[in-house]
Amino acid sequence: MGGNQILSKSKRQCGFDQKAAIEKTVEDLLLEVGLSYADITHVTTTGAGKALSPYPANKISIVMADAVGCNFLFPSARTIIDVGAENSLTVSCTEKGKVIDFALSDKCAAGSGTFIEAMARALEVKLEEMGPLSLRSKSNIPMNSQCTIFAESEVVSLIHGKAPKTDIARAIHDSIANRIASLTHRVRIQKDLVLIGGVALNSGFVDSLRRALGVELLVPDGPEFVGALGAALTRRE
Amino acid sequence: MRGRREMTQEYWRWPEYRRTIHGVDWTKAQIVSGGVDVGAVSSKAALLVDRKILAYSIARTGSSSPYSASKVMDWALEGTGMTLSNVQYVVGTGYGRVNVPFAKKTITEISCHARGANYIWGPTVRTILDMGGQDCKAIRSDENGKVTNFLMNDRCAAGTGRGVEVIADLMSVPIEEIGPTSLKVEKDPEPISTTCVVFAKSAAITLLRKGWSKEMVLAAYCSAMAGRVAELLRRVGVEKDFVITGGISKNIGIVKRLEDIIGIKSLSARNELDPALAGAIGAALFAWDLCLKKD
Repeated sequence: MGGNQILSKSKRQCGFDQKAAIEKTVEDLLLEVGLSYADITHVTTTGAGKALSPYPANKISIVMADAVGCNFLFPSARTIIDVGAENSLTVSCTEKGKVIDFALSDKCAAGSGTFIEAMARALEVKLEEMGPLSLRSKSNIPMNSQCTIFAESEVVSLIHGKAPKTDIARAIHDSIANRIASLTHRVRIQKDLVLIGGVALNSGFVDSLRRALGVELLVPDGPEFVGALGAALTRRE
Repeated sequence: MRGRREMTQEYWRWPEYRRTIHGVDWTKAQIVSGGVDVGAVSSKAALLVDRKILAYSIARTGSSSPYSASKVMDWALEGTGMTLSNVQYVVGTGYGRVNVPFAKKTITEISCHARGANYIWGPTVRTILDMGGQDCKAIRSDENGKVTNFLMNDRCAAGTGRGVEVIADLMSVPIEEIGPTSLKVEKDPEPISTTCVVFAKSAAITLLRKGWSKEMVLAAYCSAMAGRVAELLRRVGVEKDFVITGGISKNIGIVKRLEDIIGIKSLSARNELDPALAGAIGAALFAWDLCLKKD
């Protein structure tokens, strides 16, 4: 960031060597705007792998980073729902972006993006297609399993039972959306609600969560960058 | 079996088999009863002649429960000289119990496992741990094999046979060798810290990349499973004699670690009876009772 402007952003899969992934991501970031590492005055790191950061940087928790990032994008944000690859969290915050309370789901894959990835594999559908597929669904099928492993078998039985892929995709999104909704109820729900994290790119999931909560959700462009944005904003103050 | 496994790389596949006990004559019997236990992963059938075991079989449950139930029952009958019409009363149990077409009654697998364990190991059994394919139950019973209390986990694959199958596939270790392989370590490493099977898979891959041996990773996984199951037992309370039924009772790596945690040894299998059969045997015993009542 420069001043109050986002200059550039980049992302990449962590893979095996997370340190190398971090360095590559920063390289891409700088290349885009023609700057070098020396031009950066402050770096702040956040997220699950923040301890691996090779930079002599300030580190903040993802809860704080999400709150600050959301507050910057939507000053009206009071409840934040972050659905990531391996964990999900909900945060309630003040009008200044200060954290009041938060709830975390990181013990079970059923409450994160991994669940949808595994189901897409079972359904033999690309992850990007899951959203559009489920939006075309015309009927509700309930899913009984919570566990990702058991849900895989359930999806296979639904396929054998000749259920259309569109309805199965919706059942998958409804199932995870219900779990995220109860995680949201663990913090105080106050308008406006903001949905961030990579799973917010899935339009089918956004629709399911909107129905599960019965409230409108604000989804920013680049929902997966909000934590990084929050980190970039923190050091400036 | 071995050849087929290597060809298709189905490391999770366990052997299906049947057995007839010689010297049991059904032709002079008063009552021939049967029990069918249609589990989430395996189906079992047992035939009793006046409460003595004549034959049994165990096979994988397919996508159709009625078909699996008929398949294991037919297989158990094979070579005994009997047909289904000679079996006077059949009780269905297990996850698919409502789908046993020839069962006159259904009884929950919790009651059946307690009754079956009482038969296999005798009236001193007080605690039964049934580690099945898709759930795990800690059951307390009295000297008659009657259930006094139980707790179960059927929501999460961690601590169930399904979880072990996933790890067997991931590690390319045949499922029967998971236990013995995990015991080849000098000292147990820290258990895998994640409960979820999906996350445990990523954790196992990370450990392998760090240079851990297969044995070490499996040891860490088996300890984690033992710890999780021990928690369930602790909540229901363990009293001697303690027995383990269900498929995972054959995994020595988990059983040994579990015994170390709770400080109580489990009784070993009796009369070469497979502990996975406890539910089917219990169902056949209930069938014997019911047939007697009917007459």
